[in-house]
Amino acid sequence: MVQSTKVNRRLSKSVQSIQPSGIRRFFDLASTMDNIISLGVGEPDFVTPWNVREAAFSSLERGFTAYTANAGLLELREEISKYMSQQFALPYSPDSEVLVTVGASEAIDLAIRALVDPGDEVIVVEPTFVSYAPIVSLAGGVPVSVGTKKEDEFKVTPAQLEAAITPKTKLVMICFPNNPTGAVMTKEELELISHVIKKHDLLVLSDEIYAELSYETSHYSIARLPDMRDRTVVISGFSKAFAMTGWRLGFTLAPEDITAAMLKIHQYTMMCASTPAQYGALEALQNGLADVKKMVQSYNQRRNFIVKSYAEIGLPCHTPGGAFYAFPSIKNTGYDSGEFAEKLLLEERVAVVPGDVFGEGGEGHIRCSYATSMENLEESVRRIGRFLEKHTR
Amino acid sequence: MGVNSKEIEVLQIIEENGRVSLNTLAKMVELSEEQVEGILKKLEKEKVILSYSAVIDWSKVYDQENVTAMIDVKVTPQRGVGFDDIAKRIYRFPEVKALYLMSGAYDLSVVIEGKSMSQIARFVSDKLSTLDSVISTTTHFQLKKYKHDGVVFEDGEEDRRIVVTP
Ligand SMILES: Cc1ncc(COP(=O)(O)O)c(C=O)c1O
Repeated sequence: MVQSTKVNRRLSKSVQSIQPSGIRRFFDLASTMDNIISLGVGEPDFVTPWNVREAAFSSLERGFTAYTANAGLLELREEISKYMSQQFALPYSPDSEVLVTVGASEAIDLAIRALVDPGDEVIVVEPTFVSYAPIVSLAGGVPVSVGTKKEDEFKVTPAQLEAAITPKTKLVMICFPNNPTGAVMTKEELELISHVIKKHDLLVLSDEIYAELSYETSHYSIARLPDMRDRTVVISGFSKAFAMTGWRLGFTLAPEDITAAMLKIHQYTMMCASTPAQYGALEALQNGLADVKKMVQSYNQRRNFIVKSYAEIGLPCHTPGGAFYAFPSIKNTGYDSGEFAEKLLLEERVAVVPGDVFGEGGEGHIRCSYATSMENLEESVRRIGRFLEKHTR
Repeated sequence: MGVNSKEIEVLQIIEENGRVSLNTLAKMVELSEEQVEGILKKLEKEKVILSYSAVIDWSKVYDQENVTAMIDVKVTPQRGVGFDDIAKRIYRFPEVKALYLMSGAYDLSVVIEGKSMSQIARFVSDKLSTLDSVISTTTHFQLKKYKHDGVVFEDGEEDRRIVVTP
């Protein structure tokens, strides 16, 4: 896509300051082709479990078609509060510290708009989810990339943070388990960065939407560390663990003042999240955890398969501890990640996402989602193996 | 018998797909091929794994579709062996696909497969009803298979995701 450098006077400067997503660009290319195996999909390959779908039909049948409370159905907030406290030891008050949003996407936007003033610097730990930096820019903030390294297993170090902090720094955005690297930070590693964050009196946006998808260790939230709860907004949602991407339902956990501020924006921009989706989510939390467990076991098996298989075909890849992405290095082909992904698509009809679209540190890698069938994974390994034989230097 | 968590994982995978290769299976559960082979051998020997089969939609294969009937059978149990002897006499007929002892209105549920309704009718009247301890039979013909052994026939729930998403 050609980006016009001329300033269009009709459009706001902030919207013109951001680029269209690199994922979108790759989608445009891939969607023109048939018979491709896609490892490019950042969402579950499961359809939402039936009981959840059924609960949404039933809510419509019973006539629940009106707005809910701005913050979301109280029943749902109570259930979210119980779930997050039991599952991740994150107790938050359903009345004043939980907010139901239109996807984690809206939650991230709300948090940034509630916390960032024009000119504030926001540290974005990359490679990461494509929306963070643009959302910061749209709010008038200044995104500051901190690129994690493969040698550090794509975890951010205290020294890296320290080096990026200036007097203008307001907030740090982290995402573990990470999209696209699958990296997970342990309690001890988070503890080290929390000292830096506290020393400079910063806030944290911690996107934990992949928390359920943690394979080796159970998920630990930075908000649990001493004196961190009050400076952290935890972002989560139903898209990934519950296979509900199209429902557009997420939530935040945050201290009361921040929640109230986000609620103000939410109330004027969204009013409330979709009502049938909220009823579906309620069912997901009340009766869906066994399904989550089954899906997580299946992702784990596919992860194990991918990690071993990539090693066999000579595609160096650290072991992702969470989410459903592998982020192998393609450096020994000599191509940059965009070229690699394009050639792989054209020659072998396998769609992967070039790592550079996820920001600093992503170049030289590709994102391969293993949220697809075992048959597709097996075939993709064969095809990528064949491709590497031709293209490795 | 005692089965450990890796063995359960192996069982769950092959229950869903009996054709998964040893190599793939080993990678999925993080064991060596030899270890997985050992597990399969052991579970086969212990008769935990009874057979590897496929669920086939015969209605799609010209001239191969069978008629299936479920027959409720009331029998007189026999002293000492209860229902076991009569069950054994019934399940040995090759027409019998499945046999269950039931609680409730009748005793045995017999699943029969045949080429035609008349073939099944003949089996019921000639072979089943004439057994000494059989008191009565009620035959239900299956009209259409929607789901069998956990597999949904034609649910159209294919992958509806677009090819690249964030
Ligand atoms: C890290 C991360 N956060 C947020 C989202 C968006 O989630 P939602 O569908 O809830 O808006 C995604 C989706 O890919 C993601 O990977």
